[in-house]
Amino acid sequence: MHDRQTLARAFQQLLPSDCVIFREEELIPYECDGLSAYRRVPLIVLLPYTADQVEAILKFCHRKQIPVVARGAGTGLSGGALPHEQGVLLSLARLNKILEIDAENMQARVQPGVRNLAVSEAARPHGLYYAPDPSSQIACSIGGNVAENAGGVHCLKYGLTLHNVLQLTLITIDGEKITLGTGGLDAPGLDLLTLITGSEGMLGVVVEVRVKLLPIPTCQQVVLAAFDDVETAANAVAEIIAQGILPAGLEMMDNLSIRASEDFVHAGYPTDAEAILLCEVDGVDDEVAEEIGQVRQILLKSGAAQVRTAADEQERIRFWAGRKNAFPAVGRLSPDYYCMDGTIPRSQLGKVLKHIGEMSDRYGLRCANVFHAGDGNLHPLILYDANIPGELEQAERFGGEILELCVAVGGTITGEHGVGMEKINQMCVQFTDQELETFHAVKAVFDPHNLLNPGKAIPTLNRCAEFGAMHVHAGKLRFPELERF
Amino acid sequence: MASDRDDARQLQALVLDACHAKRRLRLVGSNSKGFYGRVAEGETLSLSDHRGVVSYAPTELVITARGGTPLVEIERLLAEKEQMLPFEPPHFNGGGTIGGAVAAGLSGPRRPWGGAPRDLLLGIKLLDGRGRILNFGGQVMKNVAGYDLSRLMAGALGTLGILLEVSVKVLPKPPQEHTLMFFSEDRNPWKVMRDLLGKAIPITATCSQGKRHKLRLACNERRLKQIQTTHGLETIENQQEFWQALRDQELDFFQCKAPLWRISLPPAAVLDPGNETLNEWANAQRWLVSERPAEEIRALAEEQTGHATLFRYGDRSGELFHPLQPRLAEIQRQLKQVFDPNGIFNPGRHYSHY
Repeated sequence: MHDRQTLARAFQQLLPSDCVIFREEELIPYECDGLSAYRRVPLIVLLPYTADQVEAILKFCHRKQIPVVARGAGTGLSGGALPHEQGVLLSLARLNKILEIDAENMQARVQPGVRNLAVSEAARPHGLYYAPDPSSQIACSIGGNVAENAGGVHCLKYGLTLHNVLQLTLITIDGEKITLGTGGLDAPGLDLLTLITGSEGMLGVVVEVRVKLLPIPTCQQVVLAAFDDVETAANAVAEIIAQGILPAGLEMMDNLSIRASEDFVHAGYPTDAEAILLCEVDGVDDEVAEEIGQVRQILLKSGAAQVRTAADEQERIRFWAGRKNAFPAVGRLSPDYYCMDGTIPRSQLGKVLKHIGEMSDRYGLRCANVFHAGDGNLHPLILYDANIPGELEQAERFGGEILELCVAVGGTITGEHGVGMEKINQMCVQFTDQELETFHAVKAVFDPHNLLNPGKAIPTLNRCAEFGAMHVHAGKLRFPELERF
Repeated sequence: MASDRDDARQLQALVLDACHAKRRLRLVGSNSKGFYGRVAEGETLSLSDHRGVVSYAPTELVITARGGTPLVEIERLLAEKEQMLPFEPPHFNGGGTIGGAVAAGLSGPRRPWGGAPRDLLLGIKLLDGRGRILNFGGQVMKNVAGYDLSRLMAGALGTLGILLEVSVKVLPKPPQEHTLMFFSEDRNPWKVMRDLLGKAIPITATCSQGKRHKLRLACNERRLKQIQTTHGLETIENQQEFWQALRDQELDFFQCKAPLWRISLPPAAVLDPGNETLNEWANAQRWLVSERPAEEIRALAEEQTGHATLFRYGDRSGELFHPLQPRLAEIQRQLKQVFDPNGIFNPGRHYSHY
């Protein structure tokens, strides 16, 4: 057990005093990340200005065996930055400099606290942008994006964070600075860059990121299609892909999300539709026009009740605003919502949504569905009221069941939000003991004393045994009627 | 054509046996890349009989195949649906299996736009050095559950385990590709190329040698004409074989038996290694035939934040891949311990230290 006051004094020796936050009332804002259902007050919060300070902090924590939870902008949705009561919450928010926009090489070097959108803003004068665009891009940081391997609405064509990062500077728990990746497209040795990306702050602390920049497409156009049922919309998505078209974005929303978004941002969505698809094509003018023509035809042929091409740039932005604001919009329908993040083979969408509908009835909780249709990433938003006793637990059980369904149909419990604290039990469903053991062994290579973000992302085998005992593995009992993968 | 076969159990038994006897195994697919990397010690274990496509869902953009499945077979199947392996894997000597392509981590001319094996690998079924069959990743595009151990296998040269099955993202094949050419006398060729890249011209491959620069473009005829006129480029017909020969290193440039270096750099980096280089990947991959000492070539690459690999020929008894920071080498050695504690898989193939 470490004493808060003693530790604060020790860190004040190590860092400028405004870097150390330890008064109870000042710690409260850090008690949760974007998943506010889970809260814990950290022992202390540190806000270093430089990578050298990060190094000093890690060395100290390593020596004193103090747990460290790294935090970016705190927009994560899986409780990955949930503090440790006996540990340091290491905020990287002040490492927020864009170190270099290298237009010639189409790259940028940034510190981890730089906001995702800020990279594109800085690159814009050079006709370049940073492609991954999670919905939280106004606020979320690049460091957090790396930790979660964040996606976004354009990742079908432009890839995830992983595909857009060239180099990382990482500080290990014992305070050694290592560089992964190079200024080129690959690096010698094992590809540790891929291992660190998406590792949820469990293996090291990223202090610098070199990202790839792309030329801003000269033309973007979006088509909105309305459908009378969700399955027809899902089939239309498959048909677009089958025709060899790779849209820049391909998003689906169900009726509850459509109505919520429409009320909130007045995007011009048809509120009577059971599902809408947004399909965006980018490139050069005449090719975009040609492809939009093809997409329209495919959508109509696939049974769309209505197909609308955005009349102008304002309308295009409005169509997207509806989608990008779907979470807060749904949030207005209910005091609280719980966002899930499974990925499924697209062909299973109809079946999965039907099951979610049944669960929704059974739990007595409404559920809105937003879907990155192009890459099969489903975001069911479960509506609940935390003030009603037991409702949060019901929502969690409902969510857990959805994730297990995703695994049962050949998918995964998390596409882009990470496991964090939230989905730790469902990891036991997706992976065998031997696979989990391997994850722990990999963790031990980087962090043998389990000081970095302990208790997150990978469950202990004991935890899985307990979870299994009260729960029976999904593969055994749940969804017996489903074909297994 | 050999028939599909699931040899997973037999391979597992062999590995368990080797593991107990601490017998080292040299993993071989079609042996098309036998020249690449250091010479692994051990008894040859052929993986080419464990073959066949397990599933292919064109509209899900994913194919799952056993490691020993020949690339030609996979590409034929994908072509029927107008799809492709976006990393355009080399078929050295006409061979290559999907497991070998992933393990070697090599990509063809499309790499900067289509990605590398590590970018496209979605999941694996791995037979590790303790004879355990483990699944990492999956068949879906986005998956952040657990550490991404599948992508770690891409380029590991079989040192961490046997890739029993791999699931790879596939993409629609461009309906048409054209080749344009330009000569640069005194202009800096990178400036021209950077200009084209900045204009979002749909380039899918580049090859520069001396004053001659070729670009492959995926676009329709109309757009091609436009690009040609605007940028003063010349079209050359029937270049499909050229790009294939580049991919498979069958061009004259690669026929010299002197040390062939692969240098990976930021595209704008200026490199003056003495001899002329052949540049691909919009300048990010450069090939150099040179007898210069390895340390000199590596220093040149490192100065420009890149790295250099002795790809073919030359002295293959030393380190062929760029030396690692000591801590990285240590991490790598420990990761090897996680997957292959007895060091039975391809010892010494990647680096001499594991």
